[in-house]
Amino acid sequence: MNKKDKTKRSLFEPKIVRRAAWDSFRKLNPVYLVKNPVMFVVEAGSVLTTLLYFHAIITGKGEASPGFILQISIWLWVTVLFSNFAESMAEGRGKAQADALRKTRQDVMAKRLATHRRDSEVTKVTSSMLKKGDVVLVEAGDVIPMDGEAIEGVASVNESAITGESAPVIRESGGDRSAVTGGTIVLSDWLVVRITANPGETFLDRMIGMVEGAKRKKTPNEIALNILLAGLTIVFLLVTATLLPFSIFSVHAAGHGSPVTITVLAALLVCLIPTTIGGLLSAIGIAGMDRMIQANVIAMSGRAVEAAGDVDVLLLDKTGTITLGDRQATLFMPAPGVDGQALADAAQLSSLADETPEGRSIVVLAKEKYGLRERDIHALGAHFVPFSAQTRMSGVDLNGREIRKGAADAVEKYVVSKGGTFPSDVRTAVDDIARLGATPLVVAEDKRVLGVIRLNDIVKGGIKERFAEMRQMGIKTIMITGDNPLTAAAVAAEAGVDDFLAQATPETKLKLIREHQAGGRLVAMTGDGTNDAPALAQADVAVAMNTGTQAAKEAGNLVDLDSNPTKLIEIVEIGKQLLMTRGTLTTFSISNDVAKYFAILPAAFISIYPALKILNIMHLATPQSAVLSAVIFNALIIIFLIPLALRGVKYKPLGAQIVLRNNALIYGVGGLIVPFIGIKLIDMLITALHIV
Amino acid sequence: MTANSVFQIIIYFAVIVILAKPLGLYMARVYENQPARMGRFLGPLERLFYKLCGINPEEEMGWKQYALSVIVFSAVGVLAVYLIQRIQGALFFNPQKFPAATPDLSFNTAVSFVTNTNWQNYGGENTLAYFTQMAALTVQNFVSAATGMAVLVALIRGFKRNSATTIGNFWADLTRGVIYILMPLSVILALALVPMGVIQSMGKYKTVKLIQAFTYDNPELDAHGNTVLDAKGSTVTEKAQMAEQTIPMGPVASQEAVKMLGTNGGGFFNVNSAHPFENPTPLSNLLETLAILLIPSALCLTFGEMANDRRQGWALLVAMLVVLVPLTFLCAHLEQGGNPHFASAGINQAASSLQSGGNMEGKETRFGITDSAIWATWTTAASNGSVNSMHDSFTPLGGLIPMLLIQLGEVIFGGVGSGLYGMIIFAIITVFVAGLMVGRTPEYLGKKIEMYEMKMAAFVVLIVNALIKIGTAIAVSTKAGLAGISNPGPHGFSEVLYAFSSFADNNGSAFAGLNGNTPFYNVMGGIIMFLGRFWVIIPVLAIAGSLAKKKHVPAGLGTLPTHTPLFVVFLIGVIIIVGALTFMPALALGPVADYLMH
Repeated sequence: MNKKDKTKRSLFEPKIVRRAAWDSFRKLNPVYLVKNPVMFVVEAGSVLTTLLYFHAIITGKGEASPGFILQISIWLWVTVLFSNFAESMAEGRGKAQADALRKTRQDVMAKRLATHRRDSEVTKVTSSMLKKGDVVLVEAGDVIPMDGEAIEGVASVNESAITGESAPVIRESGGDRSAVTGGTIVLSDWLVVRITANPGETFLDRMIGMVEGAKRKKTPNEIALNILLAGLTIVFLLVTATLLPFSIFSVHAAGHGSPVTITVLAALLVCLIPTTIGGLLSAIGIAGMDRMIQANVIAMSGRAVEAAGDVDVLLLDKTGTITLGDRQATLFMPAPGVDGQALADAAQLSSLADETPEGRSIVVLAKEKYGLRERDIHALGAHFVPFSAQTRMSGVDLNGREIRKGAADAVEKYVVSKGGTFPSDVRTAVDDIARLGATPLVVAEDKRVLGVIRLNDIVKGGIKERFAEMRQMGIKTIMITGDNPLTAAAVAAEAGVDDFLAQATPETKLKLIREHQAGGRLVAMTGDGTNDAPALAQADVAVAMNTGTQAAKEAGNLVDLDSNPTKLIEIVEIGKQLLMTRGTLTTFSISNDVAKYFAILPAAFISIYPALKILNIMHLATPQSAVLSAVIFNALIIIFLIPLALRGVKYKPLGAQIVLRNNALIYGVGGLIVPFIGIKLIDMLITALHIV
Repeated sequence: MTANSVFQIIIYFAVIVILAKPLGLYMARVYENQPARMGRFLGPLERLFYKLCGINPEEEMGWKQYALSVIVFSAVGVLAVYLIQRIQGALFFNPQKFPAATPDLSFNTAVSFVTNTNWQNYGGENTLAYFTQMAALTVQNFVSAATGMAVLVALIRGFKRNSATTIGNFWADLTRGVIYILMPLSVILALALVPMGVIQSMGKYKTVKLIQAFTYDNPELDAHGNTVLDAKGSTVTEKAQMAEQTIPMGPVASQEAVKMLGTNGGGFFNVNSAHPFENPTPLSNLLETLAILLIPSALCLTFGEMANDRRQGWALLVAMLVVLVPLTFLCAHLEQGGNPHFASAGINQAASSLQSGGNMEGKETRFGITDSAIWATWTTAASNGSVNSMHDSFTPLGGLIPMLLIQLGEVIFGGVGSGLYGMIIFAIITVFVAGLMVGRTPEYLGKKIEMYEMKMAAFVVLIVNALIKIGTAIAVSTKAGLAGISNPGPHGFSEVLYAFSSFADNNGSAFAGLNGNTPFYNVMGGIIMFLGRFWVIIPVLAIAGSLAKKKHVPAGLGTLPTHTPLFVVFLIGVIIIVGALTFMPALALGPVADYLMH
């Protein structure tokens, strides 16, 4: 389940193909097929022509030559099989994945605790006996039996079975990293876990259900399209059914010829109804879910995938999504009379033992700006003073030198207590830095203020371009941050987001989402904390991080296994791709009809009105070859389009107008032209082979 | 085609486009209940009417109540028109003492006028009393048109309203449509037509002496009324002399105006606007032709105005024009091209100063080919159905164009109101497919197009298609149906196909040739006209109700714009593929074979 392996997995893996081929026969069951009205009609046509074939060979008085009826019949069956095959192929990829997941869902022995305390009495039970609310103990080497929430302890957990990420993650009670997933393995330490799911309802179960497509319900848009396709199918059913009386009348009126045969009518019907999209529709839906899984996102419903394509507003957390998780030192501003080198030197010394990313970045900046090498703090005999909530400073004591760095007011208090003063120039510098949205960190040695370090939020590389793309797609991006408005505005401007929400609280987030929704917009957001849960529940597309709390995961309708907040952008693209694939194949399917009319109509009526041969603009060899070629083309196009249905139409973030133009040209105009060429080629081939 | 012909067609279209905007904006104000200056003149009349009928125009209706009101009102209309025809013999204003019309014909005519179809199985001057023409037919000409417009306005409100449960008040919409739109326009048009020679009389039919009496062969009849045959099987005739002619009269002008304006088309006389008392001069012909498209084209802009985006209205109008303009030119061109058989016989059919050339069969010499072709295409595009020439006598391909325009579903202009709501249904289907192609749940005018809308839209497309196809299939498979066909071969098939297309799409135009006044066609036609009208209105209103409930989605960059040339092209493509292509097999057996065989 490693991500790299998955991208390598080819579309037509032999194992999946074999299973799909078998499944496509199994799916001929009309009870199953009736859910797809278009293909159900094709199957009915197949049965009808098969009966006509037997009628022809038994009575010897068939409406056409048995060989011709048989060939039409075979190709109609093939059309249904190809459609089933497409669906099975799409499912196959999910099934392979589900098998792998199922392996991790073995029944394990769990240590059920009598009370919430680690040292209480332990009963051994199988994981399937556990119920919601039970409390269990998991220790190093144990498999976590069920989804739950850590209520005591800290442990490192290997979650690769779910996420494909082999690096262990920390799970601890309290806070936003308390959720544990059944089937994952504790590597070190221990946890007391309260079970939060009943058997069969765990995250893993849901995931298996999703990837397998077992729980797949048709999504609203898919149903709407299905209705349109069913409507068209009935229209064409009427067109072909009424042709029988029309042609009988015409034979009577013309005084010669014979009415159109039922075989030809069945062929005409199957060619006219939108079999291309009808045959591929469910494959497209399943493949959309599958692409989400490829992106390591688990959709809790197909609806969420579809809604992702419609997102108008994207709420993104600043930290971790737009900016790198931590602030970075970008400038040393020495106090009056202090050498820059001295400030950098002191700053570096105070940060050598500081393992926070801010501390590391100061060391890096000192090296870049002043060529100061990293020194070994222990070799220097220095004593590190860690950050504490009381002093709100950190620093180092070195050979009697006391170097401190911290927030301006904390350092001022420190310097004043030592009998020093806080220079007004430094005060101005501190204010300037704060006003520009950065964080000032003042450095002092004993009673002397050395200067200020400027810490900046670093906007992720390439993120501005992504936001520009989003704007092109018509999506508004809003940055959510706990920062003050000034800082927020500066970062927002740098990152190129459309808007920001500063000093965000769970309430203001929820309010913002509701406001946008009231305006008719669809809102997407990511979140991981328990306090994100209300907003996640309110958002239309809510991506919960897999590292997040159980509450967040419950509230979201998508779970990102990589816990990568920028994933939202990818999710939107997958959603759009899904809808686009449906739209383009519908257009293609319907425009195909024009050529099929020109192939079949003259063939059907030529005995009644020979003059109609002028409509045979493709110059197809005989009426039989014309009908057969159209039917063969109609079946083969499904197979040719399976890769497109599974991969999805390529999405480029251009305006709607341009996307429509491009797709209308490729699939609309292309759909008009391709069958003319295809049918002609097939006709030439079957004529050369003397098939009819 | 002659230069004169090209010039005329351009003028006709130019006038329509110029008039569309002011009228469209005026109608938007009427339906938003701010008819400005007209309100001062006609407001008291409107209010008096509400008072008399006990209507509260402010009372809002949900879609179901609206639909129920439409249907009850129409059902009462059918009953009234039927009864008036059945008892006209006992009523006044009947100088010719016409007896009651037959039950099946009365039924057909009643449904025909209430559904705004105006299929004419009756010959007005031979069957109907003046009272019937005025109180039954003319009244329905007004209210059936106003009903169509009301349904359209309700649909527009569906787009316009935000999270609402109601779509307006049918009685108020109906009343406003009649009082502020149809009535003033009809008065103006009628007053313009009378000086040109359109009559308005309540007197008896006139009997006049012929300038030149003539003799003719009158077939001899036996006691049973059958023709007597001689030994060789030919009809026995006797010489008879004709010295007098009866000229039918009547209150024509008052009916003529609304017949054209309300896309009704049911003529006072059997030959409709080919009759000199209905349409005496080229100028009256111009006015009447313009009246066909006047309201349907203006309503597009009413739609844009009411939906707060005029570009949307223009887009639909342009889509309609893009289809109709070339077809009008093509029809005129084909008719001017003349009869292929005559060409092979060496007959000169070129236009010259001495002859009009082309195919003049079934056309009035005072109108000529161009004016007949414009009328034929416009009257079938808009579901008017009146004629000033006989479409049956058009060349095979020339006659295919009017039939095609009907089969496109009466959405290229179409009936007043009904054409545009049909067009909006097609726009919804187009938006759905095109919207998917850009990767979004489709939206039209800010409303999401979802399952329910698709269900209703698919039903609309399906129902009209089914009515035409099944109706035609029954007619060509039954004795009663076959009995009405007067022409052999594919042409006979065209007649039946045309008739059922006309019934189902509520056009009312006939391909002539078909003898429709039989119990079979009267009853079948009546049923199909009724279903074709109300089985479309109900889903349209259901869509209106569903859209009104939805929130308005603001347009963004990712939203598919629906006012662009690209969208218009896509819309036309959907109309052609769904409308025309589904008729291609049937057309191949009718007009196409007809053309290719000769």
